[in-house]
Amino acid sequence: MAQIAISGLRKLFGKSCAVDGVDLVVADGEVMALLGPSGCGKTTTLHLLAGFLKPDGGEIRVGDRLLSSSAGVVAPEDRNMSMIFQSYAVWPHKTVFQNVAYGLEVRRVSRADIQQRVERTLDSVQMKHLAQRYPSELSGGQQQRIALARAIVVEPDILLLDEPLSNLDANLREQMRFEIRRLHDATGITMVYVTHDQAEAMVTADRIAIMNGGRVEQVGTPHEIYEEPRTAFAASFIGRMNVLEGTLVEDATVKCGPLLMRAASGIPIQRGATAVACIRPQHVLIGPPGAAGEGVANTIAGRIVRQTYLGEMRDYLIEVAGVPQLRAITEPNVRHEVGAEVTIELPAERCRIVAA
Amino acid sequence: MRPSESNAGRRSVRFDPGAIVFVIALAALAIMVVLPLGWLLFTSLQIPDTGRLTLGNYVEAFSKSIYLGPILNSLILATSVATIAVLVGTPLAWLVARSDLPGRALLRAAIVAAFVTPSFLGAQAWMLLAAPNSGWLNKWFVGLTHAEHGPLNIYSLAGAIFVMSLYNIPYTFTFVSGALAGMPAELEDAASILGARSWRRAFTIVLPLALPAIIAGFIMSFLEALAEFGAPAFLLIPARQQVITTQLYLFFQFPARIELAAAYAMPLLLVTAALLFAQRRLIGGKRYTMIGAKGSRHNLIRLGKWRWPVVGLAFVPPLLAIGLPYAALLGTSLSKAWGLGPVPGNLTLHWYQWAIFDNHETQSAILHSFSYGFVAATIALVIAVAVAFAVTRNLVPAGGLLSFVCMAPFVVPGIILAIGFYSAFSHKPLLLYGTAWILILAFATRFLPIAYSNITTALQTLSVDLENAARTLGAGRLRSLFTVTVPLLRTAMLSAWLLVFIPALRELSCAIFLFTPRTAVISTVIFDYSDAGNFEAVATMGILIMAITLTLVTVVYRLLGKSVIEAQA
Repeated sequence: MAQIAISGLRKLFGKSCAVDGVDLVVADGEVMALLGPSGCGKTTTLHLLAGFLKPDGGEIRVGDRLLSSSAGVVAPEDRNMSMIFQSYAVWPHKTVFQNVAYGLEVRRVSRADIQQRVERTLDSVQMKHLAQRYPSELSGGQQQRIALARAIVVEPDILLLDEPLSNLDANLREQMRFEIRRLHDATGITMVYVTHDQAEAMVTADRIAIMNGGRVEQVGTPHEIYEEPRTAFAASFIGRMNVLEGTLVEDATVKCGPLLMRAASGIPIQRGATAVACIRPQHVLIGPPGAAGEGVANTIAGRIVRQTYLGEMRDYLIEVAGVPQLRAITEPNVRHEVGAEVTIELPAERCRIVAA
Repeated sequence: MRPSESNAGRRSVRFDPGAIVFVIALAALAIMVVLPLGWLLFTSLQIPDTGRLTLGNYVEAFSKSIYLGPILNSLILATSVATIAVLVGTPLAWLVARSDLPGRALLRAAIVAAFVTPSFLGAQAWMLLAAPNSGWLNKWFVGLTHAEHGPLNIYSLAGAIFVMSLYNIPYTFTFVSGALAGMPAELEDAASILGARSWRRAFTIVLPLALPAIIAGFIMSFLEALAEFGAPAFLLIPARQQVITTQLYLFFQFPARIELAAAYAMPLLLVTAALLFAQRRLIGGKRYTMIGAKGSRHNLIRLGKWRWPVVGLAFVPPLLAIGLPYAALLGTSLSKAWGLGPVPGNLTLHWYQWAIFDNHETQSAILHSFSYGFVAATIALVIAVAVAFAVTRNLVPAGGLLSFVCMAPFVVPGIILAIGFYSAFSHKPLLLYGTAWILILAFATRFLPIAYSNITTALQTLSVDLENAARTLGAGRLRSLFTVTVPLLRTAMLSAWLLVFIPALRELSCAIFLFTPRTAVISTVIFDYSDAGNFEAVATMGILIMAITLTLVTVVYRLLGKSVIEAQA
């Protein structure tokens, strides 16, 4: 059983707190993405999981085995985990074959078995024909596959991936996302996948943990995170989002400057507290001027300040008195000139109220 | 649940064999760096017979006019040498980096050759060329003009300035050509698109940007000239015109005044440390950087009709630093008697046979230099690797302090290090004076910073992920060290070893204070023979040591040319 249970995990660097009380459970055979901006503590969490760092508080368990606590850590080499590094960390002084065979040699696997397992693994990442090459002769994508092969050939309980695709070009990156997911579905290894790229997280992960400021803001499936964000940060980090901060004046209604926002969904928030109403740009409606009445909820007058034609759609930026500028995405045939006065409608059934 | 918890605890305190090496390295650092420098300070504050503390040594050292004269001479020498070296080295660097001067590669090679020539050997060569009566150049001058005397006298402050300037040109040259090569071509292109012609660009853009490198070159040469013992000893002791370093040497002659030497050395140590710090700031801190600059090619400036006159001028310094001196040394080493000059009947291979096969003294000196250098380089390398690894990988607390201790000998002139070693190890409990170990440890200490900085740089370019990858695959710290880190560092380690071994082979400033007849090395034998006027033997030993040095330098260049870091990129 390779279920990972992280509780109350803390790590300080000097006085700054890189990981500040992280609780997270990763089920056996699950792919969990740690998603967040740089400096959010996701890589530190991964290094704590690998055993390179000792936590200052909290603990990490795999199954019923305590691996890390502030009292001590099981060394990385004794965890039966593998890791894929952002830099690949493919050893330049060893051939492709020697790189992949290393972990098996450490485990004293017999020569014949090593030969067989390395070849089979290299075959599965389409690198068998390059087994005798040195890494310096290979492209970035090929080095990435070696790193992958080297990590999985030892059949680890857990595979840790630290921004594995961020050094690849866009096309290859897209292709490798599916490759990694396919590899997971074939092996069933529990994976923890650190990335700052939401699309990468959504393609590869079963569940996503959104991290910010050393804490986990929300854990959920890609669908849950996108459709039912719980915080303003989670809402705006995945996909584009108009975020309107204000005060909760009655249930499911936020007053944001002159604009009253009713929402069909949201999390329970105390009346009078600060809350955030959000709506995605593709749900914002642009109508002719004059339709906005004073005090009519979810409607306000605005002026177009920028419009961009993107072929599949139009992207508008709209200035509204008293609230932040709003983004709206429309069908390409909806045309409003820059400077035009318009009425903005923010349908309540598309609005969601979350914590600030 | 309980067994795994104790497991976590046990692993964290697991015994690490690497720790033993590290602890030994720490002890060695204490003995080699901290102890001698501590004793140097202590000795300077002590009355030798009673052991009482006093400031009297400082008062005596800095109030008597016979001790103040050498300080003035040292300042004149150092300022002159640094000025000349910068005035010659800067244009040479510019010519090699930016103009279409014919023979640029040869010029660069000649300057590297000047760099690896010990200045005491250069001084000896110029004694052969320009001693007042017997120097070959003076003799030829008299032969041609029938004048009464030759015009040259190398045994003078001017002579010392001349010789030392020649061997200091490489510092400015290297710094400035490095700065010019690293300067993005776009900076000059921007000036030329605004209408600035080549000479204007050189003076308004290139020169100001290279200024930190020029100043760094000046400081380096100033310090070298201040701390240099060899050339002044050869040229100024006969002239009875002392500088600080030769005066320190005289303090060691009978009756020895070690406590006075220690006090007298202190200002030199402080000045050196302060100026090296300033120089580091200049080169490191204030480097002009440009965002997104590509390593584009510079357009070479055409010298046009000035080409050949400039070539003639540019090759004068290498001719004086390399051409004439080596001709004189080689000629002398192949002569039956130096005074007869290089004429056919005078030629012989006798001195080489004598030095290598017949003479016990030179044989054992060569053997000593090699074996001491070998052991010293190995000690320095082990310490450098152990400390650099522990510091760069954050395995120990106070890494900054450890780094500092490893780099500290860099600011200590060899002659001062020798005084510290003599003070610390000429009595119990660590009575090393008279043994080979005092020389070995002094060499290892003096060149430890070279090994340490090389290994640190190599380790920093080596991503820690490479080791971590091995550890996640189940290899322990030592196993990942020996299967991943060490193989990748092999080149850097070998070149660091050679970079200690090469200077240790010909080290003079420490050796001259610490050797005894039973532990004489090549440089001290050369010093003694020169003192006794046996110039043929000196020249032969000089040619031998340079032949060995150049071979080893070639090996280093080959190694660094094909480095692992390249293969990694």
